[in-house]
Order: sequence, then structure tokens, then C-alpha cells
Amino acid sequence: MLRIVLAEDAVLLREGLVGLLERFGSQVVAAVADAEALIAAATELEPDIVVTDVRMPPSFTDEGLRAALTLRQTRPSLPVLVLSQYVEQTYASELLNSGRHAGTGYLLKDRIGEVTEFAEAVRTVAAGGTVIDPEVVRQLLEQQRGPLQRLTPREHEVLGLMAEGRSNAAISRALVVTEAAVAKHIASILSKLDLPPDQDDHRRVLAVLAYLRGQ
Amino acid sequence: MIARSALEALTQSPLRLLRSAWPWRSLAYLLLSVIPGAFIISVGWLGGQLMGTVGPTLAGFTVVIVATPVINAFERLRLKLVDRSPALPRVRGSLIRRLRDSDAWREFAHALVAMLALWWIDLLVLAVALGVPGTFLTAPFQPNGTGPVATVLFTLAGFLLIPVAAYPLTAWAGARAAMSRAILGSQDELARSRARLMGAFELERRRIERDLHDGAQQRLVALSMKLGLAKLSADVNSPLYKEIDEAHEQAKLALSDLRELIRGVHPQVLSGRGLAAAVRDAAGRSPVPVTVDLPSTRLDEAAEVTAYYVVTEALANVAKHSGAQRAWVSGEVSKGLLRLEIGDDGVGGADPAAGSGLTGLADRISTLDGQFSVSSPAGGPTVVRVELPCSA
Repeated sequence: MLRIVLAEDAVLLREGLVGLLERFGSQVVAAVADAEALIAAATELEPDIVVTDVRMPPSFTDEGLRAALTLRQTRPSLPVLVLSQYVEQTYASELLNSGRHAGTGYLLKDRIGEVTEFAEAVRTVAAGGTVIDPEVVRQLLEQQRGPLQRLTPREHEVLGLMAEGRSNAAISRALVVTEAAVAKHIASILSKLDLPPDQDDHRRVLAVLAYLRGQ
Repeated sequence: MIARSALEALTQSPLRLLRSAWPWRSLAYLLLSVIPGAFIISVGWLGGQLMGTVGPTLAGFTVVIVATPVINAFERLRLKLVDRSPALPRVRGSLIRRLRDSDAWREFAHALVAMLALWWIDLLVLAVALGVPGTFLTAPFQPNGTGPVATVLFTLAGFLLIPVAAYPLTAWAGARAAMSRAILGSQDELARSRARLMGAFELERRRIERDLHDGAQQRLVALSMKLGLAKLSADVNSPLYKEIDEAHEQAKLALSDLRELIRGVHPQVLSGRGLAAAVRDAAGRSPVPVTVDLPSTRLDEAAEVTAYYVVTEALANVAKHSGAQRAWVSGEVSKGLLRLEIGDDGVGGADPAAGSGLTGLADRISTLDGQFSVSSPAGGPTVVRVELPCSA
């Protein structure tokens, strides 16, 4: 059973999230309302994952994210899922850069509504995977030109799903094709973008994201 | 109409003026000139004692230079007696910076005039305005009387002249205060008040953003979550599931509409991470690839917000009209000035006078005393240049 520390300042949403996460078989060991309490709880309770809102009191800008980055300094492997009101590439980048080998998630709050997918995302991140909001990926794909133009439309789709952190199996389900076909697309994409082939899903995601972010 | 200053009070009916506090306030205002008078006379006298004939002049000038802030602070304080308009801005910053500004020289000139002339003119007006009725009133006590009838007439005239004296007193106090105000108030007070208004406007936008974020948006997320959970409990093939699913879609659409609205009102990342980060994010949303080269220094909020709107508006124009393949945003901060350049390799021919969003931007920039130019020959490229004063 996953042990979760949750930080969200809106009571309605915090209680709703606790209910949702527990319904899907996780245990919320602490549900707090500000960044200071988040740091205290996560340090003391050593949860399997921290789920936090970006924006919390007192200044209502990005306390939640900063708190997560602080926690990562003492425990670099801490899985963190950050929920945001809207997509900020800056926040996504900072989060991804702070934990190269830790589970990392950045999702719009809207995604909470898709309860099953959301619970799945929490599990993926806790297991060390990466989950990036489709909106982030869409923006990244939109502004890129050059080598990306050499991709076929299907490869473009596969790349988007890869960047969201989906596994080969998940991609094949989403596109209704065989896993073998997905693997073929991925190999082709990596070679067109000049990225090293990698069997590890997680490292591959990071490579693709780093590429898309132009790093 | 309620008079806000002694000068305005003069335009009211005599009865109203005489019943009001303005003549008394004017009297007090002018009487206070005794203080600078006594001060400068003592300084001059001391200078004469210590340094002989050149002493008074030398000491006077030195004291005025050194005591300019004090003298003007006193004058500003006094102004409140006869002028209820908002307080005047005070000159701030280091001495060197103040001397570079024309403000500092105006301040000095005012202190000099106040010390050399204004105080004794005040007292002279006071003496004449009160002296004439005073002389008449004291007729019975004066030697060489002109006879009983004349004495009574003179005394009566003295009584009648007291209210009349209110006019020269109030008029001079009002005019002199208006002059002080004009000199001591910065000449770009209008610009400052516009900037203040813009600041208030921005504050209001942030408040609206916060209210929407903390209220409506959280509730919609919670609603969408509830509907998502309700779907789990319903049979996928039942009509109920279909209904809930539709409601769920509506909630999600409302949420994404609201998100766009909130972003337009005030971008969160701008206050959180500053201009460079916010512009990079805006560039990320642009359909035309944009290279961003901005320093990550934090600037004052007014400059950051204005610069951000300039960049987003310019980028929106690039996307809508230019047909460009790529665009760039570059900038640097030096010596309290933010220089921005937004360019594209599109078709050009943008006309800032043609009622585009650029006109509104020019207004915004001018409230901060900034500069704005657009170069967009037919065939391109289009380059927007902006200079904004800022404090890093």
C-alpha cells in the first residue's frame, strides 16, 4: 500500500483527494495545507510519494514546488507528483532537473477528474516513473521544428505519448496497435532524432523530454 | 462644491467663505512665515558676527543649500493648511542622483526663494491686510483725534474692513501655496498619478486572478473529481453513466476555459519566477518557434508586468500577421533600463497606428516613462524595440 503525503491548501479539494487516493488503495499518511507542513511531514514520515499543489500559502506562487525541490535536496530519490492549475514549462523543467533518477510527475489539476488515470499516475511516479501532462508535451511538440518535421504523423503521436511517460504497452493500447509496431516506431523516432536507443522506459522518457526542451 | 484649497474657496459666495475655516487657515499659513524669517535673520546675523560684511550672504547661501530638505519639508507641511489635495511626492534617492534630476534644482530654487523673499512678503501682506482695519479700529485711542463723529465712523469702517481683509489674506495664501505646490510637486505628477493608477489596476487583476483560482477553479476540480468517482460506481452501459459522462465532459471544458481566462488576467509564473521565465513559457505556447535571450534578474513589478504584456502582444502579432518562420525575444538590463527587442523574419508591414494592440502597449509603456518603436518595412523583418526604466 502506497504511503502518501498530500499538500493542498483548498479544503474541498484536499479532502476529495484523500478520499480518491484511499479509494484506490493508497494510504494518505498526512494531508497538509502549506509548504512548511509539507516539508515537516515528508521529512518525518518518509512517504513513498509526495503529491503537492504548486501554489500554496503564504505567497500563493510556487511554494509547493519549492518545497518539493527542497525535499529532493535531502532525499534525491523522493518521488514527487506536482499538480498545477495550468501548465508552466518552467515548473516542469525545474522538477525534471531536480531528480534525474526519481519518480517525477507534473499534471494539470484537471486530470484529477479522470480518477482512474490519476490513481495510475500516482502509482507510476511512486514506482520511479515519469508522468508529464499531455498539455506540456503538446506545447513542447508545437514549438519544435527541424528534425521533428521528418517524423511521420504516427511517429509524432508515439513521440507525444512517450514524452508523457507512457510505457510501450500503454502506447500500444492508446493507439490500438501491437507492441511490436510501437517498438518499431520508437526505434525509428530515436534514430531520426539522433537519440541513443535505450531499453529502459524511464531513461528514454528523460532523453526525449530533454531533447524537446532543447537541452 | 466643497473647496479643496484656499484658492478654490475664494470663488465661493462671500458669506460662505467668511463662515469657512479658509481665512483662518490662510492667516495661520502666513503667520508661520515668522519661523523661516527668524531663522534666516539669525543665520545672517551670526554670519555677520563671525565673518564680517560678506558673512550674512555667505552664511545665508550655505544654510539654504544644507537645509533645503528641511526648508521644503516645512513648506510641504504648511501647504496642508491651505491645500487639501494629496500630499506631494518627496525627492528620494542618493544626493548625486537627486542632483542629476531637475527635481533637486527646483527644490533648491524654491528653498532659496522661500528664504530670501516669500517669508517677508507673507508678513507684509499680513501686516497690510490686518493693519488697515487695525488702524481704523484703534482710532479712538490715537492722539490728534479728528473729532467724535469721524472717530465713530473710522471705528465702524474698521469693523467692516475685517471681513474684507479675509480676501487679500486668503488670496495671497492660496496663490503662494499654488506656486509652492507647482515647484515642489514634480512636473510629471500627472505621469506619476497615471503610473499609480496602472499599479492599482494591476493589483486588482491579481486579486481577481487569486479569487478565481481559490474559488471557482478549486470547486470545478472537486466537481470534476466527484463526477469521475460517480462514473466508477455506475454501470458503463447504463443511461446514468452516459449522463454523468456528459456532465463530466462539461466540467472539464469549463475548467479549461477558466484556466485560459485566469492566465490572461495575470500569469502566475511572472510573479513567481520573473520576466525571463514567464516569457519563455509564453514563447513555448507560440506556434512560431521563438528564441528567448533574457537576463534572469528580477525587476520591479511594474516593469516586469509591462514588459511581459509587450512581449506577449508582440508574439501574438507575430503569430497572427507576420507569416514568420521564427521569432526572437532578446533583452538586457543595464543602468536602470530594460531594453527589449522582439523580432521576426515575417512579411513586415505592421502599422502601430492602425489600431492594433500595439497602441495600447505604447500607452502602457509611456506611463512608465519608457520608449517604444516599431520597425516593419514591407517585406520584413519586423522589430519591436522597447526601453523601460526599472529597478533591478
